[in-house]
Amino acid sequence: MKFVDEFRDQGVAARLARSIARESAGRDWKIMEVCGGHTHTIYKYGIEDVLPSNVELVHGPGCPVCVIPMGRVDDGIAVAKTEGVIFTCFGDMMRVPGSDGSLLDAKAQGADVRMVYSPLDALKIARQNPDREVVFFAIGFETTAPSTALTLMRAADEDVKNFSVFCNHVTIVPPMKAILDSPDLRLDGFLGPGHVSTVVGIRPFEFVSARYDKPVVVVGFEPLDILQGVYMIVKQIKEGRCEVENQYTRIVRDDGNPKGLEVMQQVFALRPHFEWRGLGFISQSALRIRDEYAAFDAELRFEVPGVRVADPKACQCGEVLKGVLKPYECKVFGTACTPETPIGTCMVSSEGACAAYYNYGRFSRAASRIEALEKLEVL
Amino acid sequence: MAEAKYVGKWNEQEVLDRIEHVRRQAPRIRDEAINMSHGAGGKATHTLIEALFQPAFGNSMGDQAIFDVNGSTLAVTTDTYVVSPLFFPGGNIGELAINGTVNDLAVGGAEPLYITCGFVLEEGLEVALLRQVVEAMAAAAEAAGVKLVAGDTKVVPRGKGDKIFINTTGIGLIREPDRLGIGKVVTGDAILVTGPIGDHGTAIMLARGDLDIETDLESDTAAVHTLCAAMMSAGDVHFMRDATRGGVGTVLNEIAREANLGIAIREDAVPVRDEVRGAAEILGIDPLYVANEGRVVAVVAGGEIGAVLDACRAHSLGERASVIGEVLAEPPGMVFMHTAFGGSRVVDMLIGDPLPRIC
Repeated sequence: MKFVDEFRDQGVAARLARSIARESAGRDWKIMEVCGGHTHTIYKYGIEDVLPSNVELVHGPGCPVCVIPMGRVDDGIAVAKTEGVIFTCFGDMMRVPGSDGSLLDAKAQGADVRMVYSPLDALKIARQNPDREVVFFAIGFETTAPSTALTLMRAADEDVKNFSVFCNHVTIVPPMKAILDSPDLRLDGFLGPGHVSTVVGIRPFEFVSARYDKPVVVVGFEPLDILQGVYMIVKQIKEGRCEVENQYTRIVRDDGNPKGLEVMQQVFALRPHFEWRGLGFISQSALRIRDEYAAFDAELRFEVPGVRVADPKACQCGEVLKGVLKPYECKVFGTACTPETPIGTCMVSSEGACAAYYNYGRFSRAASRIEALEKLEVL
Repeated sequence: MAEAKYVGKWNEQEVLDRIEHVRRQAPRIRDEAINMSHGAGGKATHTLIEALFQPAFGNSMGDQAIFDVNGSTLAVTTDTYVVSPLFFPGGNIGELAINGTVNDLAVGGAEPLYITCGFVLEEGLEVALLRQVVEAMAAAAEAAGVKLVAGDTKVVPRGKGDKIFINTTGIGLIREPDRLGIGKVVTGDAILVTGPIGDHGTAIMLARGDLDIETDLESDTAAVHTLCAAMMSAGDVHFMRDATRGGVGTVLNEIAREANLGIAIREDAVPVRDEVRGAAEILGIDPLYVANEGRVVAVVAGGEIGAVLDACRAHSLGERASVIGEVLAEPPGMVFMHTAFGGSRVVDMLIGDPLPRIC
């Protein structure tokens, strides 16, 4: 498939891996991929098999589903169960457990919960069902926030009265700061979030190199992007540089997408603080709908409990999100908490570190088994 | 690489062993209500069957049951069709019902003979639509050489069903009893798929029009009994299953689990059409889990795979057949894949339901 296969080429990967091995030799490296999309790619393609064993990838907080706290899920479910409501959300969100079941469970109990691929689809449903209240559960970083903003602007333009948004948009820089300030983590550098950077550009990450002395390379989501990003970080450090670089130049411009930033600015304002799953409250880390668009704010239109719900005791999503624990080091990983019966959010989304590890990485990489695979070449 | 890294309390291998231990325990249903994933053919469906139906009915329940009557060995299967939309590129619910029933018999090595069908119709259904479906069933049955022999019709009030649901029962004759079976699968067997995967599920998804993607892709719905017979006469086939809901990935997991052996596949050997790869790429789903209605996964004695592959490719439904992997002793019950990128990963059973009401 054109424009995809080029970025998954095994020969190029092998060459890059050799370069990484050469440049990284002599010490151990810990590099955090910030974005859940990267985590997914790493496991899906088995990138850890390709990297030399002294380079370790640590999974970061950038999975939009994983950072939603249980209280917000409960609020969403309460709205979904309101008489006459059609509740729309992205597919991953449906399986996230609240304190009493998930949206999927609410659907089985009779709530009208529908999966959409875009907030504009939700607006379309609202136009098709003028006698119903249609609510969109908005989640995501700066990547998805502009599309929600545009949808709200269109709803206002067209005066769609039965549409509202339950806004849970968050921003990427505050949790990165929280991780950098966390004393129990030693990192050499960051693979910066490619999709977020298409909107915000690469400048917002300059504080990481300037103040925390860690290099950042913004990378794309194909496996070769990741390998090249790792190579660029190792090379920076070897050469004594520490800066923000852009590997994903085919998509990301240094100053991002000004139009996208503008619509976000127009529709959203920063919340004073917002709760993150496992990370607690982080100030100025999330977006709310501006007063001009208050008519479309589901939090104002519906009764939501708005109660903070503590994470289940056994769940260590916070440590996993901060990269302190590997997924399999969590007490309940793979036994009580599995993708079919997730306790924590990291096990729900395909971008969650635990789900990615469970689905793709859950096997011993003992040499004998890799050999067995090589035998397959004869077929 | 072989040496486990100790971090904190657990090392990775201990955790993996613990997980395998948990996975081997009898499943429990934790959901309070049925949700769509219970019908997706993946993990939740298996849990429902193993934790609820089998204990109640006191029987192990597969796609077909095999029994002897007066010296003949018969296979019986039953299936229900709820696909939406009723008509899709490459077929419709009627054709699907006949082909799907024929296929469940065929992969068990049975020659399909008779099919019964029950209809659940929704009040308000246009007769012309029903006629089209019924005529498609008749044509598919004639093409497959099976007779439609008994039926039943129920009508439910408007809003209590969705146009047409069809239930079928198929009966077939097994001429070579004990030729196929999960017990015959051994280390060193090769694994073959009879053509590009994921066509049916992708065609249905695109036909629903949620995605505004235009392609010429059609469902692969077809009766595979002659293909199965051709493979069986060409060489020592040990086991076959049609990769419907849950896709090839789920079938491979069923084989690995039931045979208690490992399976390794090569990503670059798995045939997938560009249209299917493209749609799956956009949606973030894996073609390995997308439903097929005319593809068979066959486990064949390693030494005879060449002959079976040739026979398969000589058949019009198997031209793009491919050997995708092999059966290993280790790790038991698991499927893993050598990625085209040069890494490796687990291929688990389907979890959740990415595409409801696919058949």
